[in-house]
Amino acid sequence: MKDFFNALADPSRFFLIFTVAVLAMLRWREFFTAPKVALTIFAGAVIFFVWALKDPGFKANISKPDNIPIIFMLFLVGYFSWLSLYRAVKNDRRIDRGELPEEAVESPKKVLVWPDLVYSEFICMLIGTAILVIWAILLKAPLEEPANPNKTPNPSKAPWYFLGLQEMLVYFDPWLAGVILPGLIVNGLMAIPYVDTNPKGNGYYTFKERPFAITSFFFGFVVLWVSMIILMTFLRGPNQAFFGPFEQWNLHKVEPTVNIQFSQIFWQQWLGTSRPINWLMREMPGILLVLGYLAVTPIVLAKTVCKKMVTQMGNPRFLTMMIMFLIMVAMPIKMVLRWTCNLQFIVNIQELALNI
Amino acid sequence: MADEIPNPPPAGGPAAGGAPTPPPAPAATPATGGATAAVAKPAAATAAKPAAKKDDSRIAPPQKTYVPRPGLMDQIKDSQIWRSIFRHGYPNTVRNRSLAVLSNVFLHLHPVNVRTSGLRLSFTWCMGGLTFFLFLVEIITGVLLMFYYRPTGEYAYQDIIALGEHVPMGVMREIHRWAAHAMVITVWLHMFRVFMTGSYKPPREFNWNIGVILLVLTLLLSFTGYLLPWDQLAIWAITVGSNMARATPIAGYEGPLAALITIDDVKLVHSGDDARFALLGGRFVGEATLLRFYVLHCIFIPLVATILMAVHFWRIRKDGGISGPL
Repeated sequence: MKDFFNALADPSRFFLIFTVAVLAMLRWREFFTAPKVALTIFAGAVIFFVWALKDPGFKANISKPDNIPIIFMLFLVGYFSWLSLYRAVKNDRRIDRGELPEEAVESPKKVLVWPDLVYSEFICMLIGTAILVIWAILLKAPLEEPANPNKTPNPSKAPWYFLGLQEMLVYFDPWLAGVILPGLIVNGLMAIPYVDTNPKGNGYYTFKERPFAITSFFFGFVVLWVSMIILMTFLRGPNQAFFGPFEQWNLHKVEPTVNIQFSQIFWQQWLGTSRPINWLMREMPGILLVLGYLAVTPIVLAKTVCKKMVTQMGNPRFLTMMIMFLIMVAMPIKMVLRWTCNLQFIVNIQELALNI
Repeated sequence: MADEIPNPPPAGGPAAGGAPTPPPAPAATPATGGATAAVAKPAAATAAKPAAKKDDSRIAPPQKTYVPRPGLMDQIKDSQIWRSIFRHGYPNTVRNRSLAVLSNVFLHLHPVNVRTSGLRLSFTWCMGGLTFFLFLVEIITGVLLMFYYRPTGEYAYQDIIALGEHVPMGVMREIHRWAAHAMVITVWLHMFRVFMTGSYKPPREFNWNIGVILLVLTLLLSFTGYLLPWDQLAIWAITVGSNMARATPIAGYEGPLAALITIDDVKLVHSGDDARFALLGGRFVGEATLLRFYVLHCIFIPLVATILMAVHFWRIRKDGGISGPL
C-alpha cells in the first residue's frame, strides 16, 4: 500500500494526477461539487492523512512546524475551490433557466455597514485571534542551531511559499526560474484585467461564462503553484532527490543524471554529425525552436483557431495574453520533455551562461 | 440625547429632526403625527443624509412632555467629554448608524452601506479582511518583539531564545510567525476569490494591480523576516532564495550576458558588485544582511505596504464597494 503511494508520488505521476484531477473537477464540476461527492472526497483526504500519520517518516515530515501552514493551505485551497465552483454551478444553472445569478438578485438590496458588516468583521477577528493564540501555544516556532555559514544543511530549501519557484530550478536555469519567470508571473497577474475583455462574470461566481479564464487560473494557481510547493516541500529530500511520502530520507540517494541537450539530439541523433564548434551555429536549432514557440505560435493561432478571439480583443491584448499563456505552459512542457527524453536545455550557451 | 430615551421616541425624533428644511420627498412620510417614527426603512437612509449637515438630534425637542430622570449612563453620554468623542447618538437609527461609520476614521474605510450579496461570507470568504487583520497582528506583535531583539550576529540568536524563555507571555514570536504564514495564505485565497468572482474586471483593474504589488510585498515581508532568528534554517533559506539574484541577466555575475560586460578583459560584473551583493550587503549572508533585512522588514516594507493598503481600501470604495453584478 505504502509502496503504491510512493510510486504514485513520483514527480511525473504526481504532476499528471494533479493536472488530470483539476481538469476533471472543472469538466465534471456538476458532479464533483455536489455536496455528497465533495464530502466523500474530503473524508477520503482526512482518512488518508490519519492513516499516513502512523508512518513515522511521513509524520516527521508533515509535522515540521513550518510545514503545518502548508497542510492548512492544502485543505483551504481544496475547500475554496469547491465553494467557488459550487456557487458557479448554481449560478450557471440559474442563467441557463433565464434567471439572474444569486448575487444579482441580492445585490440591489443594501444593508448598513453598522451593524451588519462591522459585526461579522468583529467575529472574524475574534475567531482569527483565538486560532492564532491556540496555534502559538500548541506549536513552538522552529529554532535550529545558531547560524553557521560553514555548515550547509542538506537539503537546504527556501521559505515554503517560494518552493514552487525552487521546484522550477530542477527544470530551468536560475536566471529563468529565479528571476525572469517570477517577474513574468507578477507581470502576468497585473496584465489579467487588461487582457480579459470578457465583460461577463463581473461580481458573481460563474464558470460557463468564462471557462477559459477560470481554467487557466486553476491551472496556474492550483496545479503549477500549489502542487509544486507540495512536491518540493514534502517529496524532495537531500540533494533535491525525490522521495515518496513513505520513503526514508536517505542521504546517499542520488538520481542518475543522464541529461542531454537539444543540440546533441539535433546534430548527433537526427543529422548524425558532430556538433558545430561555433556556439551560435550549434544552438541555432534550439534558438529557432524557442523563438518559433513564442513568436510563431501566437500568429498561427491568431490566423486559425483564435480568429474570433483576436477580433474581440485586438492584437496587442491577444499577443500579451498568448505570450503569458505560452510561458506558463512552457513549464509543464519542459517537465514532460525532461521525464520523457531527459532533455536538459533547449538552448545551452555555456559561453554566455544562457540556458533555456 | 433625544434618541436614547428608553420609551418610544416622540415625533420630531432623529429622522424627522432634520426635516424642517424639506429634503427630497421621502423624508416627509415618517414624520406623521405621534406615531413612532418609522425610520429603519431603506428610503430613510438617503433621506437622512441632508440632515447630517445640521445635527439637531442632541438638542431636546421642545414639545417633549415627559422626561424620565437621566441615569448615570445618560449623564456620562451627555457630558462634554463624551460628546466631544462620539458625535452621534446610540446607533439604533439609520442616521446614527450611518454616522457611526462616517464619523469614525477607522470605520469609514467602509462605505455606509454594502450590497447584501457582498456581505455573505460564502461570497467574500473574508480573506481580504483577515489579511488586514493579520497585518495588524504582525504590527502589534512585531513592535513587542522589537523591544527585545537586537539585529547583530552577536545577540540575535540569543535574543530569540530569550523571547521564548525569559520574556513574560513568551508566545509573541510564535504568534508573529504563524500570523505571517497565515497572511501569505489569506492573500493567495483573497486573490483566488477576487479572480473567481471576476472582481478584477472594470472598473477595478487598477486595484487588482495594487493588490498584486501588495502580494509581492507580503512575500518580501515574510522573506526578510525569515532571516531574523539567525539560525541555520534562516540563513540557509535566505541563501537559497538570494542565490537567484546572482543569476540575474547582466546584473548578476553568474547570469547570462554578464560575462560580456568587460573593459580590457576585466569583468565589470563580479561577486563583489552584482545584484546579489546589493541585496545582501556582502558576498554571502552575513551581519550586514541581517541589519539590512531587519530595516527592510521593520520599517521600509511595512511603510510601503501601509500606504498601498490605504490606496487599496480607498479604491474599493471609489470603484463601487465590494463587487456585485453590474
